[in-house]
Amino acid sequence: MNTAEYRRTRRRNRRGVLVALIVALSAAFSLMAMPAMADEVNVDQYDNSIIGNVKLESVPLEGVRLTISGGGYEVDVVTDADGQWKVGVPDGDEFSVTLDENTLPEGIAVIDEVGDDDTPNVKEAMIGPSGSTVMNFFIGRGERNVTSFFDQFVERIVNGLNFGLMLGLAAIGISLVYGTTGLSNFAHAEMVTFGAVMALIVSVDLGWPIWLAIPIAVLLSAGFGWSLDAGLWKPLRKKGVGVVQLMIVSIGLSLALRYTFQYFRGGGTEQLPGSDSPDIPLFGSVSLSQTNMISMVISIVVICIFAWWLVRTKIGKATRAVSDNPSLAAASGIDVDQVVRVVWILAAAMAGLAGVLWAYFRPGIRWDMGAQILLLVFAAVTLGGLGTAFGALVGSIIVGILVETSSLFIPSDLKYVGALVVLIVILLFRPQGILGRSERIG
Amino acid sequence: MDILQILSNTGSSLIAPATIGYALAALGLAMHFGFTGLLNMGMAAFMAIGAYGYAISILTFGFPWWGGMLVGVGGSLIFALILGIPTLRLRGDYLAIVTIAAAEVVRLLFLTTTFDKYTGSADGLSGYHASFRAFNPIPDGTYGFGPWVYNANGWWVRIFGIVILALAALILWTVMRSPWGRVIKGIREDEDAVRALGKNVFSYKLQSLMLGGVFGAMGGIIYALPASVNPGVYVTSLTFFVYTALLLGGAATIFGPIIGSVIFWGVQTLLSNLLPALVNIGVLPFMTTTQSQTVRFILVGVALMLLVIYRPQGILGNKKELTFVK
Repeated sequence: MNTAEYRRTRRRNRRGVLVALIVALSAAFSLMAMPAMADEVNVDQYDNSIIGNVKLESVPLEGVRLTISGGGYEVDVVTDADGQWKVGVPDGDEFSVTLDENTLPEGIAVIDEVGDDDTPNVKEAMIGPSGSTVMNFFIGRGERNVTSFFDQFVERIVNGLNFGLMLGLAAIGISLVYGTTGLSNFAHAEMVTFGAVMALIVSVDLGWPIWLAIPIAVLLSAGFGWSLDAGLWKPLRKKGVGVVQLMIVSIGLSLALRYTFQYFRGGGTEQLPGSDSPDIPLFGSVSLSQTNMISMVISIVVICIFAWWLVRTKIGKATRAVSDNPSLAAASGIDVDQVVRVVWILAAAMAGLAGVLWAYFRPGIRWDMGAQILLLVFAAVTLGGLGTAFGALVGSIIVGILVETSSLFIPSDLKYVGALVVLIVILLFRPQGILGRSERIG
Repeated sequence: MDILQILSNTGSSLIAPATIGYALAALGLAMHFGFTGLLNMGMAAFMAIGAYGYAISILTFGFPWWGGMLVGVGGSLIFALILGIPTLRLRGDYLAIVTIAAAEVVRLLFLTTTFDKYTGSADGLSGYHASFRAFNPIPDGTYGFGPWVYNANGWWVRIFGIVILALAALILWTVMRSPWGRVIKGIREDEDAVRALGKNVFSYKLQSLMLGGVFGAMGGIIYALPASVNPGVYVTSLTFFVYTALLLGGAATIFGPIIGSVIFWGVQTLLSNLLPALVNIGVLPFMTTTQSQTVRFILVGVALMLLVIYRPQGILGNKKELTFVK
């Protein structure tokens, strides 16, 4: 048995173990998993594009799936009846185009033209000054080169963990604010965008180094949270405005802030420095970019410090007491206003940090980037239990992994749907969430 | 700067199909939020289901226009059932989050390339007008005066929309002064008290969700009737804009949602014409024309905040009938 055969057998075995899982999950998504008919993806969203034409001996191949990824951006496309495809891509990155050989007809594969390329089905694409590049594969009869399902699965889980930790930073804040004030803060999304925009202003517009720009952005976010509390939410609390009213105020604030970002930064996507850092292979086919690794470490460190703060310090304990029962906390001598102020500052700072990390994960900064994940954050918070900080973290990691892995089974433009459906289903069976208490559901 | 043209555009927007569509959706929200106290943040989904139901059944299945409308309305009834059964037992803010999530799921399903053959994914749908226009009783030609000059098709859409809007307002007025309506208002004021009277609160809420949903679906159809179905319309902001129109007029009133929508669109059109014109003649030197188009959306957000804080009952509302009881 030569090595190539051995490798293939091993893959087949590994695949066999997972077949049952795939069948079960694909049955669940069978409604959604109809063959995609489109050949143009995200062309409206981005100015740059990669186009191609998949043909076998000048006969167009329909339904061949290609994955275009680079700098954290990833999108699937399926060829149309003429074998053509086109995807819009963000600015200034190198992209790798992977042709999924499983979607080619029987016995057909991508041929290695040069002779020393182990993965001829993966090609690197550089966007030229014209904003568009052509990427074609040489296709013929031959041996296939497929990434095993297991490797893809592991890679998605690692990505999902990264995404989930980032969501967690945003979710903890929203959950703390809810716990202490009863407000479901829709403007939290704009606090996320605020952090990213501040990092952009400091690092790109002012030209300061990014390692200095991020802490400044977080500090500015904290100040933003403090001023929102002092200028808006505290007066409204003193006025005795109801929670539903407060929620609609936060929606108004969210709209106003979102369009203010658009007013100043325009409708395009801008990149932070270092968003195109190279991928570092870890194990198997799993690779993570340098920024993603740093981002994970930052998330974990910040969350650990926060957990210590909440459990060990005096003000953290006071926060939990206020979450539990504000009147009782006030009666036992806790300054509720001070606790709420600290919570707003912390929530905004963590949201701002989440915004910077989200800017690297997406990648890119846009005026509505926070609003794009707001519902996922709400899903995470509800899943974990509204008002519980650690529940929000658990919920976030579950939602992050769910979103990333679900695109293995359903089209990638539906990957948020899975998480949102889970949110609705959770509310059916356990409305208080995983770590919540039933009295909160009313 | 052409002041007459700006005023003419503004006047024209007062009876535009978009305004009528907003008014219908706002009536639906008045049913949900103003009278029943349900914080439905998923109105955009009802409008999307109405519009897509109408367009898809005509384009894909060759239905006549009235068949398409029935499909759109039927789809919204089914959606109300699916949405209502798990969520109506939840408290206000939970309900808001779940309905907004459900609306996003609906939008993503219409937007995905997976169903491109039926939904047109990002391009949306268009070219479904033949059947509706064939029923146009107005002879060809251009009619009207002042800013309201339209051709036969333009008038047909507007008259149809206004008739539907009047019908919806009449239905809402009738049901809200019936015993059913009194129970509904009772649920808004004190759910437990109504339950103690032996009423099935859940069932009443579900009926309210379905009736308001039908108004929303008709709003979506009227909105899409003259031009096309564009998935970029049915975003969560649409729900927020309709809420702004509703709260502007008065949430727990019949005419409030209609007046609110007319004012909302009048002001929007005025600003979208006036601000760029002011920029062009150099009155607002600190902004570009693109920025001036963003200003009006910032103002919507600010207006929504100010309304909720300072006049939650809206223009026509009665302070005693405040929906923000809890």
